[in-house]
Amino acid sequence: MNDHPLAQLVLVRFREFAREPEAVFWTFVFPVLIAAGLGIAFRSRPPEIVTVGVVGHDLAAVFEAASGLEAEPYPDAAAGRQALRNGDVALVVEPGPDGTVRYRYDDTNPEGRSARALADQAVQVAAGRTDPVTSGDELVREPGSRYIDFLIPGLLGMTLMGGSIWSMGFSIVDARRRKLLKRLVATPMPRHYFLLSYLLARLVMLVFEVGAILLFGALVFGVPLRGSLVLLVGLCLLGALSFGAIGLLLSSRARTIEAVSGLMNFVMLPMWVLSGVFFSSQRFPDLVQPAIKALPLTALIDGLRANMLQGAGVLDVAPQFGILGVWLIVCFVVALKLFRWR
Amino acid sequence: MDTPAVRVRGLRKTYGDVVAVDGLDLEVSRGECFGLLGPNGAGKTTTIEICEGLTEPDGGEVEVLGQRWRDDPAGLRQHLGIQLQETQLAEKLTVEETVRLFRSFFRNGPATEHVIGLVRLQEKGRSRVGTLSGGQKQRLALACALVGDPELLFLDEPTTGLDPQARRQLWDLIDELRRAGRSIILTTHYMEEAEQLCERVGIMDHGKVIALGSPRELVASMGADHVVEFSTDGAGPDGARLDPLALGALEGVRDVQADDGTVRLQVTRLHQAVPALLAELNRQGVPLAELRTHSATLEDVFVGLTGRHLRDE
Repeated sequence: MNDHPLAQLVLVRFREFAREPEAVFWTFVFPVLIAAGLGIAFRSRPPEIVTVGVVGHDLAAVFEAASGLEAEPYPDAAAGRQALRNGDVALVVEPGPDGTVRYRYDDTNPEGRSARALADQAVQVAAGRTDPVTSGDELVREPGSRYIDFLIPGLLGMTLMGGSIWSMGFSIVDARRRKLLKRLVATPMPRHYFLLSYLLARLVMLVFEVGAILLFGALVFGVPLRGSLVLLVGLCLLGALSFGAIGLLLSSRARTIEAVSGLMNFVMLPMWVLSGVFFSSQRFPDLVQPAIKALPLTALIDGLRANMLQGAGVLDVAPQFGILGVWLIVCFVVALKLFRWR
Repeated sequence: MDTPAVRVRGLRKTYGDVVAVDGLDLEVSRGECFGLLGPNGAGKTTTIEICEGLTEPDGGEVEVLGQRWRDDPAGLRQHLGIQLQETQLAEKLTVEETVRLFRSFFRNGPATEHVIGLVRLQEKGRSRVGTLSGGQKQRLALACALVGDPELLFLDEPTTGLDPQARRQLWDLIDELRRAGRSIILTTHYMEEAEQLCERVGIMDHGKVIALGSPRELVASMGADHVVEFSTDGAGPDGARLDPLALGALEGVRDVQADDGTVRLQVTRLHQAVPALLAELNRQGVPLAELRTHSATLEDVFVGLTGRHLRDE
């Protein structure tokens, strides 16, 4: 009949989690909702027909014949400029003297530049230009290069970070505030069991969190899993443990929920922005790239993307494993030293 | 069984400038229910938490069940039941789950259901802790202290904040535990509690035990078994003021304390002292505003020793 204390402690973790409806929502439903929303917003669409404004009927006929272009005729140059200012069209083509053609557009607008290229091509070909090099197109629209494929590993990393840090922080500080920690150390409970119960519970929760996002991505959007599943699970495990150790460190001293919330946001917010959850971290200046690469969330997400999208092997993601391992060990050791039981 | 349940010698503990425990000596025998009585801030909780091995003393010696804390703390904890002041157990767990968790930390002890029955929470076994009343929560806390079948129980203010009925229920439970032969050390600032439950009481003030003995002995040490308190309406119609010194000479009065217009008399023979008092006030020409008498209690012992009430703070 004697229960094992560690088993009981882990059971308590699950019971407390399952009986907190908000926690269940934020852990499982929220990331799936984000993925669904962004997946729909950035879904792949057929190539757009570019509309160009044209002054005069002679030129309009040229564009009607060209593929990928549609002409919007305007009676005079003033009407064309008005349409350009309104953003109705990105480019207006005006006839010049002696059969020349003038393009009016904003060169900082990529749409304007691509419209100019297409329009000029149509004008030159219609005038009889032949290209010296014959070229052909190979169109690529396979899974792996879409935004949703980029997004799912990012969301996975973000969920692993948030789940670990939040569940540790709130629960431990709440137990300290209620003097429950002090009550527990007044029993013969081995103290490391208490901390271990959090990590073990995290690992079990992980299966569901990771599973929910991966299944959703794979079934709804066909997000690829090109690398080995074992490596993917390993990355998720190590990520969860590292963030668990960070959560433990953040909650090792705080006595109030407010204090630990502030600390957690202070630590997590920069990583949400810098670590490439929603957009590539390469966009930040080269100078800060080494610092960004050293962040645990960057390492986790880079590793996940390499594994899922490029099918990278263990050796390819060894640096990421190293970074996560260092965070895990350093944070755990410091947390054990600092931990306040009362 | 020859070593005492707790032996404390020259215990000292300071927090910054505040001396919480100031050279305290204490010995509690096996099977005894001992109470530390005193106002808030007297050092009761610090003393009991040092005995529980939760607070490191600055000086002095502590032996619990014949052992020192540094020798084998985990082994010692197997034999102790501890209830802390103001522990809030996890609200989302049920009573059963909570007791089962605490039970799992101890090698030996009764079954979970048995302990829940001991504290009369059978019907609440599947209820969440968050839905329990204050008295039920305290009984659950007691259950968590009992799961290891402890030789020695520490109860820190077990009934603080409870209504009178819930307090009485808890007293009955503690009384049962005492009869079953467990050693119990409890702290309280309710003198009725100490009188009801404890075989011996140590009255604490400013980190020291200022009186020690059975409740009966302590009350008897005052040399008076009744207390008369009265107040006057200030000056009488012809400007006469009360002269407290004259009261000490009245028949049966052992001691006079006057503060803030209220006068307390410790008296031995109430039936003679009250008429004598009324005659004296009449003679002095001071009108009486209020008059109360009660049998002497530990509270009166504390007031007699310190001039303050237990719940002044």
